[in-house]
Amino acid sequence: MRYLPKSPSDRQEMLREIGAKSIDDLFAPIPVSARVKGDLNLPRQMAECEILSTFQQRAAENAQGYRSFLGAGAYHHYRPVVIDSLISRGEFFTAYTPYQAEIAQGTLQSIFEFQSMICELTGMEVANASMYDASTATTEAVLMAERVTGRKAVVVARSVHPEYREVLATYAKNQDTPIAAVSYGDHGRIDLTTLEKTVNDQTSCVLIQSPNFFGTIEDVAAVAGIAHKRGALLVVAIAEAVSLGIVKPPVEADIVAMEAQSFGVPLGYGGPYAGVIATREKFVRQMPGRLVGQTVDKQGRRGFVLTLSTREQHIRREKATSNICTNQALIALITTIFMTVYGREGMRDLAKQNLAKAAYAAGEFGKKGKVLFSGSPRFNEFVVQTKEDPYVINNQLLEKRIIGGFPLKKFYPELGNAALWCCTELTTRGDIDAVVKEVA
Amino acid sequence: MKDINARITKATMHVTQNEGLIMEKSSPGKKAYKLPPLDVPEVDAGKLLGAVERHEPAELPEVSEIEVIRHFTRLSTWNYGVDTGMYPLGSCTMKYNARINEVVARLDGLANAHPYQPERISQGALKILRQLSDCLLEITGMDAITLQPAAGAQGELTGILLIRTYLETQGNPRKKILIPDSAHGTNPATASIAGYQVENLKSCDKGMLDLAALEKQVTEDVAALMVTNPNTLGIFESDIQQAAEILHARGALLYMDGANMNALVGKARPGKNGVDVMHLNLHKTFSTPHGGGGPGSGPVACKKILEPFLPAPVVITKPDGTLGFDYDRPQSIGRVRAFYGNFGMHVRALAYILANGPDGLRQTTEDAVLNANYIRRKLEGVYELAFKTPTLHEVVFNDRLQQKNGVRTGDIAKRLIDYGFHSYTVSFPLIVPGALMIEPTESESKEELDLFVEAMRAIAEEAAQDPEIVLQAPHSTRVSRLDEVRAARNPLLRWRLETKAAAD
Repeated sequence: MRYLPKSPSDRQEMLREIGAKSIDDLFAPIPVSARVKGDLNLPRQMAECEILSTFQQRAAENAQGYRSFLGAGAYHHYRPVVIDSLISRGEFFTAYTPYQAEIAQGTLQSIFEFQSMICELTGMEVANASMYDASTATTEAVLMAERVTGRKAVVVARSVHPEYREVLATYAKNQDTPIAAVSYGDHGRIDLTTLEKTVNDQTSCVLIQSPNFFGTIEDVAAVAGIAHKRGALLVVAIAEAVSLGIVKPPVEADIVAMEAQSFGVPLGYGGPYAGVIATREKFVRQMPGRLVGQTVDKQGRRGFVLTLSTREQHIRREKATSNICTNQALIALITTIFMTVYGREGMRDLAKQNLAKAAYAAGEFGKKGKVLFSGSPRFNEFVVQTKEDPYVINNQLLEKRIIGGFPLKKFYPELGNAALWCCTELTTRGDIDAVVKEVA
Repeated sequence: MKDINARITKATMHVTQNEGLIMEKSSPGKKAYKLPPLDVPEVDAGKLLGAVERHEPAELPEVSEIEVIRHFTRLSTWNYGVDTGMYPLGSCTMKYNARINEVVARLDGLANAHPYQPERISQGALKILRQLSDCLLEITGMDAITLQPAAGAQGELTGILLIRTYLETQGNPRKKILIPDSAHGTNPATASIAGYQVENLKSCDKGMLDLAALEKQVTEDVAALMVTNPNTLGIFESDIQQAAEILHARGALLYMDGANMNALVGKARPGKNGVDVMHLNLHKTFSTPHGGGGPGSGPVACKKILEPFLPAPVVITKPDGTLGFDYDRPQSIGRVRAFYGNFGMHVRALAYILANGPDGLRQTTEDAVLNANYIRRKLEGVYELAFKTPTLHEVVFNDRLQQKNGVRTGDIAKRLIDYGFHSYTVSFPLIVPGALMIEPTESESKEELDLFVEAMRAIAEEAAQDPEIVLQAPHSTRVSRLDEVRAARNPLLRWRLETKAAAD
């Protein structure tokens, strides 16, 4: 086996040194009745060229070269090539959690930079070293709000990504956390009147997403007012991080839970992505996940370490703030490089192109059909209602090698033949014109 | 001054450059990006967004492309990875990360697949999920599997929720999870998040499950035992089948933490040894890269009785023979992560399995166990062995012999860095005071192991003759020991524009 750096005589010599007759001696602790006899029933050992062609085959069975209008929590943005060049350095991708700070300053400093940039973007005071993804970060943010407030109940907007809500429901069920859902109004934003009636003195937090699942930007300040009046926190989820280039950050929130996939992370059929939790300084000790802090070495030189780990499972065990152990360090590094490449000006330019493409597309769709929630501000997604079933339309579009919008009826049956369309800086005017012609 | 590096044969000081924070290199007007011209009409952001327009740009760094490359390349040189050398971090299985895995995960049709693209144009991805599932079921001897959990800790939670939901359908979810004192900290944290109380199970004097204690502690209140096998001492729980019988007789289930599965692949199948549900760490046993601390991937395999409760969706074969997702799972514990888990890691793990085949996987396990036993043999007596019981893929010593001179496991670990190695796992498991937990994996040659042994022996000598060398280590790194107390007392968790001057 080509990954194994030992010759048969190395093995013999080592067994001799150990004092074992054969390798089987070393497996003696496993009772005979518990051992595997013979080979496992697995594909035979393959050459590297065979592995490559196997996966090329799989890749060819997937869509390749399609123009896509899908967003809905996973966004197709351009990935600067420096990203893969840098994250392919073995010192980054073959290292582990920086427990030994002196030989992990590269990882630690890059996480410190990540935390800093996330704070700048979100308007929060402190960010952790990353979470699995937004669905789990959102859930962890809600559990954090419960610890901060000492209250249990949660009020969730139905315009939050349905799969984030499903993950929250899984965790909440076993934490005895009641969840109340608040629907959206005609404007595609959370219905403030219902929210006002739903939030009470038991509410630990209100959870909204902005831009929400329909692409509409919520009135974060108004929602914050309602939550805070009752002593509840406001948790804001963000699925499309590029929006922060041009959309006001949710500074009225107490906790921000974000998906950073848009920042240079491949769509990768849904993962790995990187979640973010950012919050106010006063809540830092209730925050889950790893944190990197700045300190000095014995000579007074600046260096970075994992810190405040008394919140974490390896110290606190069952009293920890979360059971989370790893973060998404390599994916966080991708996003750090992306944020560095675009920088202060580029993030706005990039966001503005997204805004323009979606505005143009929504305008074109609107000329021939119905664009819902058009009275509210939006970023790069919008909802189009058609006469025909969007699944049927999408099947027709596939023939033209176009992947149409995400049909909403699965999660929002009341919206009928509505689909969520997304345009990014990679969507061309030609793509938009072509698809509008087909759909309308 | 004497040469404190006289004994070091492997490492030398390497080029390491000063490099500040990237924000400190920022200067207005520098750019590392270029957007194409906009092919649709320009928009007035103020008009479209009104009150929600951002007016204060985020203070992200403004630098050029060469500065991006140099900055992160320099940072990388301060790291140590498996590519650099032996990384014997116990229970973390720091094995070689094959390059073909990285290449196939980046193929266009896979890396750029949208999770919501229609199933008929996702057959390649679905086939990968199906084939990996089949392989992992064969390896574990289980009946059903989910690939959705994002990492080991989430796999644990998924597994415990399967048990909880199953017991609920039996009428009573019960109250407690038993966890041995040798367990990893995630186990109790997971049980607690799943709504269970944690009850500690003391290990016997051989460092193994104590069946008599188990017999006593398994009451009607106990939902499950969570056990790592081999355990964190590297010891195979030879009584695992009897433990399962005790639990099953009282309606409780057996959960296995598969963190140490690298000792068992091709040798023993947990599903055939009484285990009801377990998770795997693809980033340990199946060689997906650790990435400086993630992403991981934590599939959960279980017995038939738990299958109805697996998270939705699961991959099914549809009547027309194509693959698809089944979301209609009324008894499911629910979703634990959006989409289908860390697909990119699934691709890599499958590539690893295909590169090995059944013979390669078995040889891998044998080499991992051979390497650990070789180190054990060579260092026994130089360091005190915590338990005499035979071990498989890892070995745990303690620092009792070195403590006489004031040298602790953490100091030895730091000095090991000077010798050109990554440290072992320090002070874990908790049942071994002053633990040195060493897991070499199969990826080390005899030559590298001999250098490691030589280094560990040299450090033991230094600890006896000149402990200051060890206590002040490392001497060769970019920074010396860092002040962790200061970091925790005055948390400085981000850079701020206004503190730039102060940092200079």
